[in-house]
Amino acid sequence: MKPGEVPPDIRDTEVPPGFLQAQLETIWRTPRGLLGALATVDHKIIGRRYIVTAFVFLALGGVLALLMRLQLSRPENRLIGPDLYNQIFTMHGANMMFLFAVPVMEAVAVYLVPLIIGTRNIAFPRLNAFSYWIYLAGGILLWTSFALDMAPDVGWFAYVPLSGPQYGSGKRADIWAQMITFTEVSALAVAVEIVVTVLKQRAPGMSLDRIPLFVWSMLVTAFLIILAMPAIMVASTALILDRLVGTHFFNPAEGGDVLLWQHLFWFFGHPEVYIIFLPAVGMVSTIVISFSRQPVFGYLALVLALITTGVLAFGLWVHHMFATGLPRLGESFFTASSMSIAIPAGIQIFCWLATLWLGRPVYRTPLLFVLAFFFTFIIGGLSGVMVASVPLDTQVHDTYFVVAHFHYVLIGGAVFPLLGAIYYWYPKIVGRMMSERLGRWVAFLVFVGFNLTFFPMHILGLQGMTRRIFTYQVEMGWGGLNLFVSLSALILASGFALFFFDAIRSARHGPVAAENPWGAPTLEWATTSPPPSYNFACIPVVASGYPLWDQPEAPMVATGLRLDRRELVITSVADARPEARESSPANSIWPLWTALATTLMLISSIFTPWAVVWGAVPIAVALIGWFWPKGTPEDEA
Amino acid sequence: VTEKRVLDLSGLPLHAMGSASPTWWGTLGFMLLEGSGFALVIAIYLYLGSLAREWPPAPPPDLLPGTLVTLVLLASLVPNFFIARWAERLDLPKVRVAIVAMSILGIIPLVIRVFEFPAMHVSWDSNAYGSVVWTLLGLHTTHLITDLGDTAVLAVLMFTRHGQNKRRFGDVQDNALYWNFVVLTWLPIYFCIYFLPRL
Repeated sequence: MKPGEVPPDIRDTEVPPGFLQAQLETIWRTPRGLLGALATVDHKIIGRRYIVTAFVFLALGGVLALLMRLQLSRPENRLIGPDLYNQIFTMHGANMMFLFAVPVMEAVAVYLVPLIIGTRNIAFPRLNAFSYWIYLAGGILLWTSFALDMAPDVGWFAYVPLSGPQYGSGKRADIWAQMITFTEVSALAVAVEIVVTVLKQRAPGMSLDRIPLFVWSMLVTAFLIILAMPAIMVASTALILDRLVGTHFFNPAEGGDVLLWQHLFWFFGHPEVYIIFLPAVGMVSTIVISFSRQPVFGYLALVLALITTGVLAFGLWVHHMFATGLPRLGESFFTASSMSIAIPAGIQIFCWLATLWLGRPVYRTPLLFVLAFFFTFIIGGLSGVMVASVPLDTQVHDTYFVVAHFHYVLIGGAVFPLLGAIYYWYPKIVGRMMSERLGRWVAFLVFVGFNLTFFPMHILGLQGMTRRIFTYQVEMGWGGLNLFVSLSALILASGFALFFFDAIRSARHGPVAAENPWGAPTLEWATTSPPPSYNFACIPVVASGYPLWDQPEAPMVATGLRLDRRELVITSVADARPEARESSPANSIWPLWTALATTLMLISSIFTPWAVVWGAVPIAVALIGWFWPKGTPEDEA
Repeated sequence: VTEKRVLDLSGLPLHAMGSASPTWWGTLGFMLLEGSGFALVIAIYLYLGSLAREWPPAPPPDLLPGTLVTLVLLASLVPNFFIARWAERLDLPKVRVAIVAMSILGIIPLVIRVFEFPAMHVSWDSNAYGSVVWTLLGLHTTHLITDLGDTAVLAVLMFTRHGQNKRRFGDVQDNALYWNFVVLTWLPIYFCIYFLPRL
């Protein structure tokens, strides 16, 4: 018997140890070459691509931010004109929210969740491949439009009537609306994959109360995506219908309403903040546990805080609309609900502090980012409580105070933990360590640069500087602080540049990473760095929330799986009892064809509504090709 | 590191059926997100209606085509129930008959739907009421069309050598589950389009 020629009735217990790995590799591997790369459904390869692509968009968005800071560094600067400036701030916001923040969090989950819960691939791996291609296409659409000077110029939330048929001339707003479709289709697909992976593919014994907190945070996030993102799909579809086929959703003259747009947008837009923040919370919990060398304080409280935040996220959207003159009672309700979000946030902060207090913290780079997160996020939370009150919000609405606030919560609350998470999981993903020395410099530069850049914006906002202005007069007296902000932005940018340098350099020259370089407790550290194509030679079995700490000598595993097809274990939702051995789909090129056909249809529909009709034909053909059984062992039960 | 083999899974089935199957949960996930979409468009209808001085700003839609669609859809639930049960029992001959019947039952509401759009007495571009009513109908029609496509391809598959396979029967069950969703989401839309204007 040779690897690749194993009959169906042979089980993993009946072969010699080295043969098992060789055979699993022949079934699960991604073939070398272009076709192999395009057809792969390995969650690790796709997750890695997702992460790299999202960070490329982060860098591009950062360049736009620097251009804006250059323009604002002195009064009456004529470097960038108003039209280009409108495109730049719209691109910056849309790019950072839709092409970086949400995708990068899902990307980390695509890579890690299957490893942390001890399975061999994500659920619906071909859908996963499709979601990446469609995300990439959406990103290319947006940035190509920018290169052609036809990028959206209506702000990242594209308020009507500015983005409507009357004022939004050309195709700019249509490109924004279709970019939304691309990114949301991809985000929704990944969300369903994560929900099913977490509910049905956990290692035997990983009952709900043993799920690591990062996985819990991604589960709650995935549900938020499923419930919130349809709102922006409906909104952007209604917008594009208004623009292209003459509907009147947002046209008050024919019974439509402009505030309807804001309701729909923020019904998505506010949960969006938590879609970005909750994964970061999971990363913080993971890092705090690993580096304080001790089980988390208040596991149940932390899980309930995640769920509470998720539920409350849907009751806050109107606080983005306080300046629109809604009824008083409604405003009071949304003030109360906005402030109540501070409760689960506070519970989490205290649980983390207690964990650090009770443990013996090891101050490595990932933990430094968590400390930077505590400081920065709390400031952002406090200015959040301030703008939750209607009178203050009315005063600072659309000023740099708000710009400062949301960068504190998004960068401080999500990007800092993300950078810590990259330093933490990089050895698992790449197989080499990032530099500890450079990492400390990155943490220092990013933390100091960030606070020097964004704290003065609170003051500029209180002085009346509105957002989205391409320049200002000398008499306003904002010149000094703006120059200070722009110079500080260089410190922040140098921190990010150093991070990218470290990440790229370490991939070749970093010290080789062991299986579990941090001495962490969860299953992703129970396999090699980087993991083999099949993740685990035998599916792990767990008896606690910290399996690698509780069984350091002999990890428990399950056996009895087939070796002639991609096979993984399906377990029950609550207590993870094994229910079936299920096949996992093999590599396929069809998700790529489907994504290309979908791209053709979506982009053509900007120019003619009939594209929806004829464009459906290639999509249908590709989908049939995707689902038609190929007679492989995975297809046959 | 020596592993401790604590669990032997060789006795487990090779494919999870019904609510044990990941596809079942995936279908549920898509139902949840599409259901949110339907709910939001109904919310738009109610929101615009609450702002309008006169609602609807057109004669109420004719009841006949929409009611016929509703009756056909409700009737289709019966064979849909049986096809799921026969698929569970891996009864290929009966599933073959039923899936052809379901394909035909998927075509009939689409034919009647053609007459439903003019029965609205308003065009999508005449006013916001027309826009939202056409969007509701259009969104549901899209679901009818995609599920018909799904059912038709599955029907062809069941007559090929790929039919006699637990995995295919699982697909039939999930398709039946999704059809229930398409029928049940129609009911609030039907009420919204046809009876709210008559209240």
